[in-house]
Amino acid sequence: MEETQSKFTQKSQKRKFEQFGRTISFICIAFIVLVVLSILYFVISKGLSTFTTDGVSVIDFLFGNTWRPGEVGENGAPLVGALPMILGSFYVTLLSAVLATPFAIAAAIYMIEISPKNGKKILQPVIELLVGIPSVVYGFIGLTVIVPFIRNIFGGTGFGILSATMVLFVMILPTVTSMAVDALNAVPRHYREASLAMGGTRWQTIYKVVLRAATPGLLTAVVFGMARAFGEALAVQMVIGNAALVPTDLITPASTLTSILTMSMGNTVMGTLENNVLWSLATILLVMALFFNILTRWIGKKGAMKK
Amino acid sequence: MSKISIKDMNLWYGDFQALHGVSLEIPQNEITAFIGPSGCGKSTLIKSLNRMNDLVEGCRIEGDILLDGKDIYKSNTNVNTLRKDVGMVFQQPNPFPMSIYNNIAYGPRTHGVKDKKELDEIVEKSLRDAAIWDEVKDDLNKNALSISGGQQQRICIARALAVQPEVLLMDEPTSALDPISTAKIEELVTELKEKYTIVMVTHNMQQASRVSDHTAFFFNGYIIESGDTRKMFTNPKKKQTEDYISGRFG
Ligand SMILES: Nc1ncnc2c1ncn2[C@@H]1O[C@H](COP(=O)(O)OP(=O)(O)OP(=O)(O)O)[C@@H](O)[C@H]1O
Ligand SMILES: [Mg+2]
Repeated sequence: MEETQSKFTQKSQKRKFEQFGRTISFICIAFIVLVVLSILYFVISKGLSTFTTDGVSVIDFLFGNTWRPGEVGENGAPLVGALPMILGSFYVTLLSAVLATPFAIAAAIYMIEISPKNGKKILQPVIELLVGIPSVVYGFIGLTVIVPFIRNIFGGTGFGILSATMVLFVMILPTVTSMAVDALNAVPRHYREASLAMGGTRWQTIYKVVLRAATPGLLTAVVFGMARAFGEALAVQMVIGNAALVPTDLITPASTLTSILTMSMGNTVMGTLENNVLWSLATILLVMALFFNILTRWIGKKGAMKK
Repeated sequence: MSKISIKDMNLWYGDFQALHGVSLEIPQNEITAFIGPSGCGKSTLIKSLNRMNDLVEGCRIEGDILLDGKDIYKSNTNVNTLRKDVGMVFQQPNPFPMSIYNNIAYGPRTHGVKDKKELDEIVEKSLRDAAIWDEVKDDLNKNALSISGGQQQRICIARALAVQPEVLLMDEPTSALDPISTAKIEELVTELKEKYTIVMVTHNMQQASRVSDHTAFFFNGYIIESGDTRKMFTNPKKKQTEDYISGRFG
């Protein structure tokens, strides 16, 4: 009797072990959270000091179109308008996503619906390979192939938003494709069967049932591609020309938030306005990353409710 | 009169022969039940009747299946038209993830009906025929996945009826449903035979005897016995049939 009682009251070996595991994972999680929070705090506080310490107005920063840090304009305010880079970033992101989406969806349809055999044997390994290529290689190819190509066709230098879009298109295509493949794969077989059993053709089934059921997943894939395009620095910097001017066409040198950041980062002194505005650019990138993240979550939730 | 005649049919999945020399007459405007233990080929045969087996890789068929006297496996058969004429209801209710209205309108739209008024009429008529109109008429824009399983199955029946088939194939249509929904569907099926020829797979002996006019008993890829349901259930000719019906195996 006493023996059984003590057996129940005493903590078992297993229980202790579990407690130990819990403690360890809690510590790890706490550490990660701490690191993320301090990075956020660091970037944002630095980014905000442009406005608090240096007295630049937020409007001037977001909508000013002259970027010459270190110089002041006629009214004495520093020339730190980030609009050229903000626009540049949005242009290359949207254009490359618009370009990549149809290709990605077509490739996914081919791999899942038309020819799963060839898809698995040929396309799948190619995509996996493309995902793994470092961005500097893409940039290098862009610099040696795409830039001269565009120069030959449209004249000018060849650097600009069009070149950056092409490079980003190739870079995000594999990511978007493989996520689109997952989205189509997740569509239950019985939806297809129901459509075919009613006399729907293969195309009607793909178009009206499969793509429709996969829409949330496909949107998530595109948003992921956009997030990647928005944050890509090196490859873009190599082909966009890095002129901090409001883009007026696609074939003159322009810049993005990331390209200006990587270009200028090493040339400023900590604590100066020139340095602080770079942190402000980084803050915009951070906010956008957060926005893309929330967007995919939101799409996921909406899609889950629909199903 | 036979709506479908199956003549000496053999079917292989790769090297595995799933049906052996199957012959069967399926009479018009009556209910034919397929019974037999698991894995004996009931689904295989029912899926051959609307050529859904075409989707299975390595599936090969010998022999004839005639619908109204025409061989459905002839090379010039339009599979889409065949499947419009021979509708199918699956074991698991499988409405599309869209509104009830769009579920029912899916088939007619696929076959070219565009007129809104005509679609409205088809949707109402199909839902009425499937005995679910009164339950959903105010919720036509509701997602079809948000209603109960039994209602979903009747939505699927309505969806199949919306393309005006002549034959309705049902592979264990009630096995995923509760007794009340099952009773509703059985009642519905008996009404539907006025207009349609119905083939139904079931594991439920009571269901087969309650609902069907003809029964075919399958075993190991052979049809052991087929004929009038009442006769077969009261006076089976083969020992195997008797054993199965009385629940001694399977
Ligand atoms: N796609 C397939 N590929 C290979 N073999 C298959 C395939 N589908 C079915 N079979 C085999 O064919 C035989 C008949 O299967 P079928 O699904 O027709 O049985 P069933 O009578 O419907 O059984 P149940 O009552 O369990 O649904 C089984 O041995 C099964 O393993
Ligand atoms: Mg079956």
